[in-house]
Amino acid sequence: MTTPAETHATAENGTWTRVCRHADLTAERGVAALVGRHQVAVFLTFDGGLYALGNRDPYSGAHVMSRGIVGTRNGEPCVASPMHKQVFSLVTGACVDDPAVVVPTYPIRVNDETVEVSVA
Amino acid sequence: MTSRPETGTRVVVVGFGPAAHRLIENLARRGFPGRITVFGEEPRPAYDRVALTSYLQGRSAEDLTCPVPDGVTLRLGRRVAGIDRVNRTVVTDAGQAEPYDVLVLATGSAPFVPPVPGRDLPGCFVYRTIDDLDAIREAAGRAGSGVVVGGGLLGLEAADALRGLGLGTHIVEMGDRLMPRQVDEGGGAVLRGHVEALGLTVHTGTGVRAIEPGPDGRAARLVTSQGGAIEAGVVVFSAGIRPRDELARHCGLDVGERGGIVVDAGMRTSDEHVYAVGECALAGGIVYGLAGPCFTQAEVAADRIMGGTASFEGADVSTRLKLLGVEVAQFGAMSGALDVTYLDPVAGVYKKLFVSDDAMTLLGGICVGDATPYDTLLPFVGKALPGSPSDLLFPGAGATIEVPDDAQVCSCNNVSKGRVRTAVAEAGLTDVQGVKDCTRAGTTCGSCVPMLRRILAESGVDVGRGLCEHFALSRAELFEIVLVRGITTFSRLVAEHGTGRGCDVCKPVVASILASLGNGHILDGEQAALQDTNDHFLANIQKNGTYSVVPRVPGGEITPDKLIVIGEVARDFGLYTKITGGQRIDLLGARVEQLPAVWARLVAAGFESGHAYGKALRTVKSCVGSTWCRYGVQDSAGLAVALELRYRGLRSPHKLKAAVSGCARECAEARSKDFGIIATERGWNLYVGGNGGFTPRHADLLVADLPADELVRVIDRFLMFYVRTADRLQRTSAWIEGLEGGLDHLRAVVLDDSLGICADLEAQMERHVASYVDEWRAAIEDPDKLRRFVSFVNAPGTPDPSIVFETERDQIRPVPVVLEGVRV
Ligand SMILES: Cc1cc2nc3c(=O)[nH]c(=O)nc-3n(C[C@H](O)[C@H](O)[C@H](O)COP(=O)(O)OP(=O)(O)OC[C@H]3O[C@@H](n4cnc5c(N)ncnc54)[C@H](O)[C@@H]3O)c2cc1C
Ligand code: SF4
Repeated sequence: MTTPAETHATAENGTWTRVCRHADLTAERGVAALVGRHQVAVFLTFDGGLYALGNRDPYSGAHVMSRGIVGTRNGEPCVASPMHKQVFSLVTGACVDDPAVVVPTYPIRVNDETVEVSVA
Repeated sequence: MTSRPETGTRVVVVGFGPAAHRLIENLARRGFPGRITVFGEEPRPAYDRVALTSYLQGRSAEDLTCPVPDGVTLRLGRRVAGIDRVNRTVVTDAGQAEPYDVLVLATGSAPFVPPVPGRDLPGCFVYRTIDDLDAIREAAGRAGSGVVVGGGLLGLEAADALRGLGLGTHIVEMGDRLMPRQVDEGGGAVLRGHVEALGLTVHTGTGVRAIEPGPDGRAARLVTSQGGAIEAGVVVFSAGIRPRDELARHCGLDVGERGGIVVDAGMRTSDEHVYAVGECALAGGIVYGLAGPCFTQAEVAADRIMGGTASFEGADVSTRLKLLGVEVAQFGAMSGALDVTYLDPVAGVYKKLFVSDDAMTLLGGICVGDATPYDTLLPFVGKALPGSPSDLLFPGAGATIEVPDDAQVCSCNNVSKGRVRTAVAEAGLTDVQGVKDCTRAGTTCGSCVPMLRRILAESGVDVGRGLCEHFALSRAELFEIVLVRGITTFSRLVAEHGTGRGCDVCKPVVASILASLGNGHILDGEQAALQDTNDHFLANIQKNGTYSVVPRVPGGEITPDKLIVIGEVARDFGLYTKITGGQRIDLLGARVEQLPAVWARLVAAGFESGHAYGKALRTVKSCVGSTWCRYGVQDSAGLAVALELRYRGLRSPHKLKAAVSGCARECAEARSKDFGIIATERGWNLYVGGNGGFTPRHADLLVADLPADELVRVIDRFLMFYVRTADRLQRTSAWIEGLEGGLDHLRAVVLDDSLGICADLEAQMERHVASYVDEWRAAIEDPDKLRRFVSFVNAPGTPDPSIVFETERDQIRPVPVVLEGVRV
């Protein structure tokens, strides 16, 4: 289990916020992280890609995107909202079937085994 | 013979292959009033020879077998040895005689084996029947490599089969390229590239001089016409076919110079009492070696026997197939005044169209590596081109081409686009299976299925390609692959049989298949990533992102102590409680991080997961039955508890509900369930295929008055057959309706074991029962599984601040969320 106190302690030190260890992530699943007031969904794809989206499902208003199924649509990494199964690109945050609906995306990186996101 | 047949008319059919089957099926369907007797040399009824190779990939002989219409007399394992046309009698090799009024020869063809020394050695085979395949499989077990003589369509199929059996495989082809009858030189080169990339060795321009034995007297090597040697313990001859016209020849019927029983347009031979259909017939000077024309011929002969006037006007011999993973197609003519070629040597794609000299009319085409032009352009053969030839060959072209109504889409069964469109509209068809059942299109080689999907889509029906973009296979097909190949991970399945990395459609399906086949806890290893959110958190997600908790209450029977525990847990965690229709109690409003604590309390009190979150057995509802009720005739509650405990945790294509009523008054509403049981004075009646919901349906009686132990066996079989063969999200009702033969077929399978799979189904259920563990107990005992039950990875105890409740009727309810700017 992550140690929330530690990861949270460095949150204000810069634009990058530590959210968890890389080892805490499971391939093709997401986790939710609380960054200030923002809820961020962090995903690790099969090929090792890392993505951060807003955790709020715009169709239901529930903060559940991190619990969706991760896969691909025409090769592009995607997550399906667990609520009503709309599919969103992990790269652009746009809903694949309704591109006008977009969830925010955030920069993400691994720094010394630690996953960091930037929610400016 | 042009009048309708009389009651006593005796039809004798010689040969029981696909053509004979189509003929008798047609006669039976049209109410042929006389007697039908079929002689088949093979020991089993007709089977789908086109799909023969799938037998080596795990399909059973029963599965391939065609259903035999009622009232037909079968004489299997008997070869007809002679025909006495004067006395209108056939005689078998055992000397048995059978008189006929109408004789139909459907003897098919035999593989041609070139007369080379050693061709009869043990280890030499042909590739035509299930028995051949059994023998090849057996021999492959002791050989390291194999060789196929003949690089045509069937030769490549046989080569792929040898490769699948683990042999190093060679192909010897006399011509200068593979599949010389379907592709030209350019296509042959591209095809060869694909085949070699798979590790097969191709020898074109090479004949066979001899097969030589090893010290054990079995075939050991093939000597080529050039004198080289190819080491091979298995030799398969696939050098063309010859019509089996020997019977006709001996009794003096006209046969063609190069073989084939001569028939007129009504499929009648030179004797008006004798017809010939299928690969043994020479119709219009052609022996057709494809199933489609054979079927048409059988239908024509059936019509004539029934007094009709149908005629066989020749047939399209276009082919589209996927061999060794390579799409190959040929349609229409194989030459023309002009041709246009598209070649992508890197991707291994070769496409060519033949057009008239004014470049206006399409004459034919060849495709290797990408068969889309076949799908889109076949209907235009002989018609005006729907675009410029080069545009039509470009990848992605075709999707927008408008196909005319009179165009033939299924050449095997001669079905036009208009016929499919009308059927879709009039019968309200919603899927490919419906189109198949209704029009027969797509039931033989299956190559027009993409076109059927397109027509459905054009008619406004929402259809996917297979399961989703990652698998062109149905759930049932995937189930068989997983079962037969022993696949235990999604990664392997998608790598070998799909593309990409899956999605919210295929992953839960694969998760369910793996779970049905007993691959451990659903949150173990890679399986966890496949689960839908409900399965992933072992609870049902609700509209505000909280979950509901439903402990199992088998049969709806619960002790006061346990009722109190549920009440206390709900109170302590502030949950909303409601009694469900399945006779249990739903606790709603649990946040994800609360679930382990809630369940720790429930498990400690002896509860287990109710699987309300899974596509799995939900509940077996019951009434109190004979124990309490003054009308009851059997102990319905006791049976319900036993059944629920037996089938708990069984993952299935959709949720499964059941109920048991103690007498015909039916207080448990058993007939609205997937399987419902109603007590009788003598035992139990079993009803199947009912459901409530969107389209309510009453279950149908499957079998009556069974004792409890037999009842359980039948339910075992029924459930496992459903789990194995239903589509994704197909309830039992739709599944039964979709079975060819419907409820009768289901009865034949689970009661009479018509497919010979009952022992398998029962064993599979036994494995399920033996391996059941409570998913929630296993989860709370495993720290690794518990890791996922946190609100935030960096603040695991902090509740999601967006989840807020208000109070209504003394319980919590979610505060409605405000949605801006989204169309829902
Ligand atoms: C491996 C393979 C793959 C194929 N793939 C395709 C494909 O993709 N597409 C396609 O269109 N076609 C395909 N075909 C061809 C297709 O299977 C045939 O066109 C079809 O089987 C012809 O049917 P038939 O009933 O005329 O003959 P057969 O299937 O040959 O049946 C004739 C039956 O009659 C029996 N018989 C013969 N003589 C006697 C006798 N004297 N007494 C009693 N019984 C007798 C034989 O044992 C046999 O069972 C394939 C064939 C094979 C072998
Ligand atoms: S179904 Fe029959 S046994 Fe059961 S409660 Fe109703 S009346 Fe009584």
